[in-house]
This record gives sequence, structure tokens and C-alpha cells, in this order.
Amino acid sequence: MTFERLPYLAAFLLLVVGLYAIVAKRNLIKVIVGLLVIDYATNLFLILVGYRSNSGGAPMAPILTRDLAPAQLAAHAVDPLPQALILTSIVIGLSVTALVVAMAIRLYDRYGTFDTGRMRNLRG
Amino acid sequence: MRNLLPLFVAIPLAGGFLMPVVGRLLGPRRRACALIPILLAAGVLALAVRLVLLPDAQTPPYWMGAWDFPVGISLVADGLSKFIVLIVAVVSLAALLFSTDYMTRYTSPGLYYGLFLLMLAGMNGVVLAGDLFNVFVFLEVAGIASYALVAFGTEADELEASFKYLILGSIASAFVLVAVAILYSVTGHLNLAKIAEVLRAGGGLTVPIYLAAAFLLMGFALKAALVPFHAWLPDAHPSAPAPISAMLSGVLIKACGVYVLVRLVFSVFAGLEAFGVVLVVLGTLSMVAGAILAIGQGDLKRLLAYSSISQVGYVVTAIGTGLVLLAWAPGKPALQALAVLAIFGGLFHLANHAVFKSLLFLLSGSIEYATGTRQLKSLGGLGRSMPLTAWSLRIAALSISGVPPFAGFFSKFIILLVLVQAAVLGHGAFWLVAVLALAVAVLTLVYYAKVQRAVLGGAPTAATADAREVPFSMAVATAALAVLCLAGALVLHPAVKRRIVDPAVAVLVARGLPRSEGSLLQGLPQTEQPEVAAARALEHPNPTLDASDAEVIP
Amino acid sequence: MRGMSLIVKNTTRLVAGFIALFGAYIVLYGHVTPGGGFSGGVIVAGGLVLVVLAFGEEFSRRVISHNIVRASDSVGALAFLGIALLGYLAGAFFSNFPDWLGQPRALASGGTIFLSNVAIGVKVAAGLFGVFLALALFRRRGEKRLMVPDTAPLDAEDEE
Repeated sequence: MTFERLPYLAAFLLLVVGLYAIVAKRNLIKVIVGLLVIDYATNLFLILVGYRSNSGGAPMAPILTRDLAPAQLAAHAVDPLPQALILTSIVIGLSVTALVVAMAIRLYDRYGTFDTGRMRNLRG
Repeated sequence: MRNLLPLFVAIPLAGGFLMPVVGRLLGPRRRACALIPILLAAGVLALAVRLVLLPDAQTPPYWMGAWDFPVGISLVADGLSKFIVLIVAVVSLAALLFSTDYMTRYTSPGLYYGLFLLMLAGMNGVVLAGDLFNVFVFLEVAGIASYALVAFGTEADELEASFKYLILGSIASAFVLVAVAILYSVTGHLNLAKIAEVLRAGGGLTVPIYLAAAFLLMGFALKAALVPFHAWLPDAHPSAPAPISAMLSGVLIKACGVYVLVRLVFSVFAGLEAFGVVLVVLGTLSMVAGAILAIGQGDLKRLLAYSSISQVGYVVTAIGTGLVLLAWAPGKPALQALAVLAIFGGLFHLANHAVFKSLLFLLSGSIEYATGTRQLKSLGGLGRSMPLTAWSLRIAALSISGVPPFAGFFSKFIILLVLVQAAVLGHGAFWLVAVLALAVAVLTLVYYAKVQRAVLGGAPTAATADAREVPFSMAVATAALAVLCLAGALVLHPAVKRRIVDPAVAVLVARGLPRSEGSLLQGLPQTEQPEVAAARALEHPNPTLDASDAEVIP
Repeated sequence: MRGMSLIVKNTTRLVAGFIALFGAYIVLYGHVTPGGGFSGGVIVAGGLVLVVLAFGEEFSRRVISHNIVRASDSVGALAFLGIALLGYLAGAFFSNFPDWLGQPRALASGGTIFLSNVAIGVKVAAGLFGVFLALALFRRRGEKRLMVPDTAPLDAEDEE
């Protein structure tokens, strides 16, 4: 387990933490936060996948400025494809979060509490 | 035709964006709101029929933005995709017809139709997508639309069901995204065909690839509601409005779940035997668990939901058996022919189940519309007061129980036959699967008989005393699907089978790359090809293979 | 809902315009610098939410009516689809066609991506603001028919 693999481990750890929150917590809001943590974990994992170390130097952003040749950019820059994937994933996460929070608010108004133990169908 | 593939996604998408505006403009005229969605769905159905009737050579992959292989985003329509697109189009048109009157009981029709069309666009996108990330994106589009639609009634039960569905579905999607990331980091590409190529060329499957496969299997098994990932379905399907339940049970778990699972296992992961075993195990568990849990249900829609789990188990078991047999097949043409038959049985049952399960859910909606209840204890005596619904219910129940001459009989019979033969010719472990499948078939007959007796027989109860037949649009939709239940048996007719189902089977049997070049698959040894032709000769007793056979083998 | 205190109102009056400007900048420069339609739209929506929070809902309804918000939501989405369909003119769905808009390294690089950014910015801003309005409106009506909430503290029950 080299030092470079450590961020991947952190991403998986976040994933597990999020899963635990969803499975073990009874408060609706904590379940939602668990879902958010899972989203962050997958996005972090995607960023790590795209990382390309610049042979000792600082990682270069994939922006084609005036004084760069395209070949140079392709060789040294961080991979931009996962970043596009992450953007899409963040937007999807936002929509899901908006939807689930709206549902949670409705459930609160119906039951007066966020405790899933008291909601008939969500026990367990 | 080549420029028209994006329309499968673009047309419903445009409708989905328009409908909220139209809905508010039309105001309280809820039935009129259905006009545009029905027209759009009919258009998609027409396109789908045209797509299916064209041979593969005339529907090459469509590259978006004219960026070519392997960088661009593509929409691929091979045999399997066309088959599923057709099924989706048929069921969604029926569900939309049904919604015209059923949704007058709910508010905001513009939002309903908008979300429905978005779900349709997402499903078409999942089926047609040629690269892995677009599968994920369209999966999410369809998924989010379905979460919102399940909660459409906004009663507490529906909200809770939708909440559970949403959380579990989002976990599945997160797993899928992690798997996509792993596959991208290992292979460097997102195009399905390219990934398949790289995985085959790179030697064995290494640990990261197994990890990615595990995540993908978990994610899509949840979308397909296979046991033990089925926990969301028994709550979500009953709580949704009836046309949405029909869509969810009829096409969503198949287009987003079974289709992608099968596509990935066969084409991308090179169809290894281990995956086949996993599919068989999951399928058998689903078959048995779904049937056992269905018997004790008192709520009609909940019973239908458990029945869905069971029938999808049949489909996955059949396809998994086919995969295992294919792995054992080289050198044994009998096993090859059996594998082809297994996959055919699985796909046929998939189509059948889409038709009759959506019909059953629409009928439960009719019953609810007329009587106001879904509990079997409170129903009865509808055989006399709602004749059209009653006959459709009898047809659907007989078809799903596997009674001849309905379509369900043939598909179940083929699957049972394949399982028994696999036990005899292949490995003895299939005896257990065959016995379980037979037992589940009997159980299915039992609980559908119970449903029929509870709903149609006996004396009218308090709820059903003043039930009248449902409005015209709902009756038409259910009658059309009932006719399809009968006509589905025609699929066995060689002309229909050759055109519609055989290309799908051939795609899976060849275990080839998802087509992404304009021409036939190139570059990799296709050792299965001559055996596929041999298997076809074994299947058709008529030995004259004419030229039209050649064009359906990619 | 009522607005907030005088300090908040005055600060918002000063800052809201800059927030909108910054959001527009992120949207318009999206093809050159990080950002683009989605992030810019979120920023504009954030500014609108700030105005609503600071001044109360009645005021915001005078400034930008809710119908306009929902309409621009659909308009943005349809505009995006229209740009995609325009790609057919150049041969393929979604193709990025204008050459005179697509010189690399100049400011006007990226072709139709620029127009798509604007459409998405409008849609996201309208969409997010619409979500906020829907939740805020619902809370206001919901408060009147709220059940008596559970008086036991949630933390005690949540100890697993």
C-alpha cells in the first residue's frame, strides 16, 4: 500500500461512512446526509482517477492557454474527462438532494418528527 | 434512418420540457393534457417499429456531434436494443392512454406528463447508449423521474415508499459510478465496444476489474429488483399511480436493470461462466422469494409487485443458464443449441412479462378507479359489473400463470424445458433450479387463481356494489394489452421471430462487442460464429437456410 | 415570510447586483475558465435566494414573479434542446458547428458551447430558485397545519 494509494483508501472510507449513516441512523436528515457523503465519496474517487502527476512538478490544469502547445498539454495536464463526469454527477446529486429534502419536509409535516421509527413503512 | 436515432431521446425530452408549461396553460382541463404526450408516444412507437424492421446494416451507430470512434458519444441500435425499445414504446403508449382518465383523480397533470416523458426519454437513452457514462446519465434521468412519480400522490405512504426507493436507487447509482471510474482508470475509455476490446486483449481479469464488475452487478441488480436487492420494490410499486406502476414493473426494471446487466455481462465482460452462475443464483432466489411472499399478500398491487420480482427472476435465470451453457458449449453443439434456446426463452419471457404485468397493474388501477380500494378482502363480484375489465384480468392472469394458448405458456414452457435439458445434458445442479422453477410456476397459478376468485367471483361487497365499467380510454388501453397477451404467442411464428427476437438472441449468443463500427465486428476472433449458424440449423427443422438468415447475425 | 434586519437588507442591496454579475461572468466565460452554465446558474440562484431571505417573500414576488421563474425554467431547457437540434444543420445531433465562433485560444472559442452555457445558466438559476420557492411556499402553508411535534428530543432516541 504505497503512499499514492492513500487517497483512494480515503475515498472508499468515505463511501463506507456514508453507507453506515444510511443503514444505521434513524433520523431522516442523517440518512440524507449519508446519501450526500456517498455522493462526495464517488466524486472524490473520480477526481483521483483523473489525476496525473506532472513528473514531480505541480499538477497542471487542462486549460489551453496561448503559450502552450496541444501536445504539451496532452502529456502533462490532469485528465479532463473525469472532471466532466464529476460535473454531471454533481448536478445529478443536486437534483436527487432537492427531491429527497422536499420529501423529508412533507414527511415532517405529516408526522411531526424526523424519526423513521415512527413512520410506518420506513422501520428498518 | 441513421439520423433518427437521437429522436428516440429528443422527442420525449422535448415533450417533458413542454408539458409543465402546457399543463399550466390548459389549467383544469386535465384530460386534454394527455393529447400531446400520447401523440409523442405514438411517434416514438412508429419510430421503434420502423427501427425493428430495418436490418442491422441500415442502422449503424449514431455518433453525436460527429465525433468518431472511440472518442465520441454514440447511440447504438443492435438487435437487443431494438427489441427493448419496441417493448418500451408499446407499454408507454398503453400507459399514457390509460392515464388520460385515471389521472383526473390527481392534481397537476402537466407535471405528471412531463415527468412521464422524461422517464421515457431516460429509458430510451439507457437502451440506446453506446458508452458507459451515458448509460449512467440516462439511468439517473429515468430514475429521478420515477422517484418523483412514485411520490406523485404525496400521501404519507407514497412519500415513504418513494423515500426508500430513492435512497436505495441512489446507492445503486453511486456504486455504478464507482464502477465506471474503475473501468475508466483501467482501460482508459468509456465507449462500451472499446472497453470490451481492451478487456479481451489485456489477458485475464484483474482484481480492479472484478471490483468494478461486483459494483456494477450490485448496482444493476438493485435496479432490476433481484433478491436480495429488492427491498424497495414492494413499497414503491403499489404506492405509485397505476400507470406508473405499470411502467415501473413493466419496463423500468427491465430497461434500466435487466437490459444493462445482460449487456454488460455478455458483451463487455466477455461472458464468463462465473457471471452466468451469479445470474442463475440471483434469478432463482428472486423466483422463489417473490412467489412465496406473494401468496400471503392482501393488497392487490403489493401482490403484483412481488410477482414481478418472481417473474424477473425467471428471465434472469434463463439468461444466466444460457450464459453458463455457452461457456460449456465449445465442441458440444447440443449445448450450444440449448444455450440459444435458453436466451430466447429469457427474452421472450421478458417481453411477455412487460405486456402482462403492465396490463395487470393497469387493471388494478381500473379496479381502484371503480371501487376505491385495493384490498382483496374488500373486493368481489366484479365479474358481472365490469365485464371488460374482468375478461382482461382473466386473460392476463392465465397468461402469467402459463396456461396455453396464451403467450405466457410458451415462454415459461421454454424456460422449464431448457432447465430440465440443462440438468440432463449439462450439470446436475440444474435439477434444483428446474424443480424450483416448476414449483414457482405452480405457486404463480395458485396466487393468481386467488386473485381472480377474490376480485371477480363471489358476491359484490360494499365497495364494489356500485362499480361501473371504466371510461373509454382506460378500457381501450387495457384491451389492447390483453390482445397482445394473446398475440404474443405469434412471436413463435418464424416470420415474426426471425425479424424481432432472433437478432436480439444472436447479439447475446455471439457475445460480441457492442457494435460501434459501421461494418461488422472486426479485429477479434469470433469463434462462436459458425456454431451460431449450426445452432440455428439445429433449431429450425427446415434445413433451408436462406440468405435472410445471414443478415441478422452481426 | 418576513424579511430580516436592516443590516441584512442594506448589505443585500449592495451585494445582490454583484452576485448576479459574478454569476453571469461565470456563465459567459464557461468555455474558457472553470465554471460554465451550471455553476453560474447556481450562483445567480443563490443571489436570488439571498434577496428573498433578506426582503421577505412579498417583495421578491414583486421583483420577479413566480410564473416567470417557471416559464424561464422551461424556456432554458427547450433552448438547450433547440441548440442540440440545430447541430443537425451541420450534420449531426449536438455537433458544435460554427467555425466563426470556434477559434481556439481566442475568447470566442468553443462554438455552440457558449450558447449552451447561457441556456443552461438560465435553466439552472430558474430551476433552483423555483425549488427554493416551492419549499418556502410549502413551509408557509405547512406551518398552519402542522401536527403537534414530538417533544422528546431526537438525540436521545437516535443513540444507536
